[in-house]
Amino acid sequence: MEIQFQHIQSAHCENGVTTNLLRHSGMSKINEPLAFGIGSGLFYIQIPFLKVNNAPAFSYRTMPGLIFKRTCKSLGIPVERKKFSSPEKAEEVLNACLEAGQPVGCQVGVYYLTYFPKEYRFHFNAHNLVVYGRENGSYLISDPVMETVTSLSSAELQRVRFAKGALAPHGQLYYPKEKVEITDAAIRKAIVRGIKKNTSDMLHIPAPMIGISGIKYTAKKILKWREQLGVKTAGSYLAQLVRMQEEIGTGGGGFRFIYGAFLQQAYGYIPKEELLKISEQFTKAGDVWRSSAVQAAGIFKGRITAEKDFRDMADYLFEVAELEKQAFKALEKIKWQD
Amino acid sequence: MLEGFTREVDYAVDESGKYTSGLSTGWEVKTSALDLAWDDIHKRVTEAKEKVLGGVASPVLFFMELKLMDPSILSAYTGFWQWQVKRHMKASVFKKLPDRKLQKYADLFEIKLDELKNPFSK
Repeated sequence: MEIQFQHIQSAHCENGVTTNLLRHSGMSKINEPLAFGIGSGLFYIQIPFLKVNNAPAFSYRTMPGLIFKRTCKSLGIPVERKKFSSPEKAEEVLNACLEAGQPVGCQVGVYYLTYFPKEYRFHFNAHNLVVYGRENGSYLISDPVMETVTSLSSAELQRVRFAKGALAPHGQLYYPKEKVEITDAAIRKAIVRGIKKNTSDMLHIPAPMIGISGIKYTAKKILKWREQLGVKTAGSYLAQLVRMQEEIGTGGGGFRFIYGAFLQQAYGYIPKEELLKISEQFTKAGDVWRSSAVQAAGIFKGRITAEKDFRDMADYLFEVAELEKQAFKALEKIKWQD
Repeated sequence: MLEGFTREVDYAVDESGKYTSGLSTGWEVKTSALDLAWDDIHKRVTEAKEKVLGGVASPVLFFMELKLMDPSILSAYTGFWQWQVKRHMKASVFKKLPDRKLQKYADLFEIKLDELKNPFSK
């Protein structure tokens, strides 16, 4: 049994799942940048106490699950989300959804995801995909980072839904509960809400490793890495910083470009000139993230490893922090009512 | 690295300054970061192998590195506590473990019990 489901590829998995599920629910105007912006997806955190692959962990987007949750909430769409302790129960509920014609978003681990190439299969548990049907014992899968749809056997799907370790998915599934007519007025309201939330997340969370202060926090750490860890390990840490700019994605600063695209679209709904200007600032920030990645590559490939090179690396991040701070402050100043 | 697998979506501004999305085969800088991560993994696997052959560490360490895991992941999948997992990585402790416990590791690493006990015999 197969549900008519349109697979649209995206740069990032949760954006894509959110977009495709909402489009299926009749919201034809949603697309990746809108979902990312309304869901307040832009973020930065150097995750404390967590090591991934023996190096510190960074994230450039908000916590897994939040983009879908916030986008739906801001648009007034009720959401169903379930976690399971029993794999059998998890499969039962999934099957029942599919029988009822409801495609379902699932959080999965990447390590056992058979259609991914081996080079990308780390123990990363916050990947998202849509299950949209079942055929001859296989599940039909729309994975938004893939160009086309694919499939997984029942056992393979169970395994990735119950991957273990940090951010274990516990069979988590989610979908919009009902079709809701979304007016342009509702989209305008959701855009403003998304921007306000994102501004406060990046500027005002009082923790040193989060938001703008988080970017500076990492920059300050980088200044010490060479002496503390040696060139080799410091290089591996920097490679991780680059690798995590996206999981599978566009390369340096990709999320900043998506946010820039979002602000341009926001202008289409709310014609305030500032939005276009600020969009350019995010493009600039994305470009500097990219330059920082190039610099990092120079270091971890062993081409440039002097103390000055680490200082330059940190300076890129300080520059990004300043750019993003100015951009969010400008967003904060916009008067939405007039 | 992505060639033959999939292309990826990215967003960029065109000449008129408008954002559009397109498909690319990845970015060289990111690929090199991924390559380095794999170099590190291979290095850790080799070091683990030497420690096991030298009688310092148990095969649990070797297979943990080979499967890109760490003690917290081993603990989550096997149900052992992390401090137990760390003990099991000592050659002396490993030797005394009953098959019942070893089987949990063998299942996780997707190998036979025999291979867990004698990983380099081939």
